[in-house]
Amino acid sequence: MDRIPILKVGDCLLVTIQVDMHDRLAMTLQEDLTNQIARHASKGVLIDISSLEIVDSFIGRMLANIASMSRVLDAQTVLTGMQPAVAITLVELGMTLPGIRTALNVERGLELLREHIEQQQGSVDLDEDDAAEV
Amino acid sequence: MSSFHEVVQKQESVILSGWLSEVATTTRRADLMSDSQFKQQATELLRLFTEASQTSGHVSSEAFSGARDFLKDLARSRMNDGYTAAETAMFVLSLKQPVANALRDAYKNDPARLVDEIWTAGTVLDKLAMLTVDAAIEFREQVITRQQEEMLELSTPVVKLWDGILALPLIGTLDSARTQVVMESLLSTIVETNSRVAIIDITGVPTVDTLVAQHLIKTITAARLMGADCYLSGIRPAIAQTIVHLGIDLADITTKAKLSDAFALALTRLGKTVVSLKSIKTGRQEKAVDNFAQTKDT
Repeated sequence: MDRIPILKVGDCLLVTIQVDMHDRLAMTLQEDLTNQIARHASKGVLIDISSLEIVDSFIGRMLANIASMSRVLDAQTVLTGMQPAVAITLVELGMTLPGIRTALNVERGLELLREHIEQQQGSVDLDEDDAAEV
Repeated sequence: MSSFHEVVQKQESVILSGWLSEVATTTRRADLMSDSQFKQQATELLRLFTEASQTSGHVSSEAFSGARDFLKDLARSRMNDGYTAAETAMFVLSLKQPVANALRDAYKNDPARLVDEIWTAGTVLDKLAMLTVDAAIEFREQVITRQQEEMLELSTPVVKLWDGILALPLIGTLDSARTQVVMESLLSTIVETNSRVAIIDITGVPTVDTLVAQHLIKTITAARLMGADCYLSGIRPAIAQTIVHLGIDLADITTKAKLSDAFALALTRLGKTVVSLKSIKTGRQEKAVDNFAQTKDT
């Protein structure tokens, strides 16, 4: 059975969906991705759907689920390269994916993730500084 | 089968001249058509009418197809020339009088027959006149449809304000069909130009009701899903009041009163700013002075 490859790039995981998503594939991806996040303690997940041309409510919900699961595992999800037709479909289906950050392309998505990770580390550093001062 | 066509055929030249003088006094528009052209049209129509009525008394029958097509073309070309639908119909109807005159001469001794023939000929001519009105209306409808399509395309321009900033100035009432076009053109332009910010300006939208607001929210959400920020600007005070009264929730959407405010925000979002030339120059001068001082020190 085919799987969607998950690439590890530094602190982040990179997923590019290049085939039509069917439900089983989506479930497998969800499972694999959560496993990988836990194993590598990843801080960010980037899902590129620029080749995805058809979505249904199931795929939409799966994307939202992945984002929620990643957040529980302390990883920020960024969705990149959504096609106009896909965006219109999702909006018409009433799925606005409120928890997910989005970017126009992979480059910009990685930038967003890096910013997010730096911000997190920055806040941790500050906390440590405060502790040291006390 | 009526026989008025025989009379009409026999008296064709008389009827034609009677018709032309009749039209000349009523609906003739000398400013729009030359005499010869007019006479040609009248002759052609009378010929087709006579021919057709020889075989059939029904306008919708096969025999009249030539006359029907001729009248449709006539109505169309006259519409283009600036005739009204009524004038074209009157042109056909004014044939009634000379035909009636000819029939009266032919059936002087048979009043009942005379009434019948006048009635039959009258009905046929009425229907032919209605045909021209129908054709004229159809022609107008086509013009309206074409203009609507053109307006739809004209009214949704997506303009690029800056590298990475798009603006969509909306003018006119928004309906579902138009919003769909707006949404598609905005989203595809976002992809084409790789823009991170889009501003929808509704200064030219006269009214915002729940449906329009719903459409706008959908468009903005779709843009967000694609990874672009979308701001709403040009909200007039009256519209702001309407939005609140209708209970429309725009909390998730960045709104600005003016397009310029939204543009400033978009620049900030891209990490850019607008400064006056003067301040740059003074900045350079200060730097130059500093440099000079440094070189002097060393």
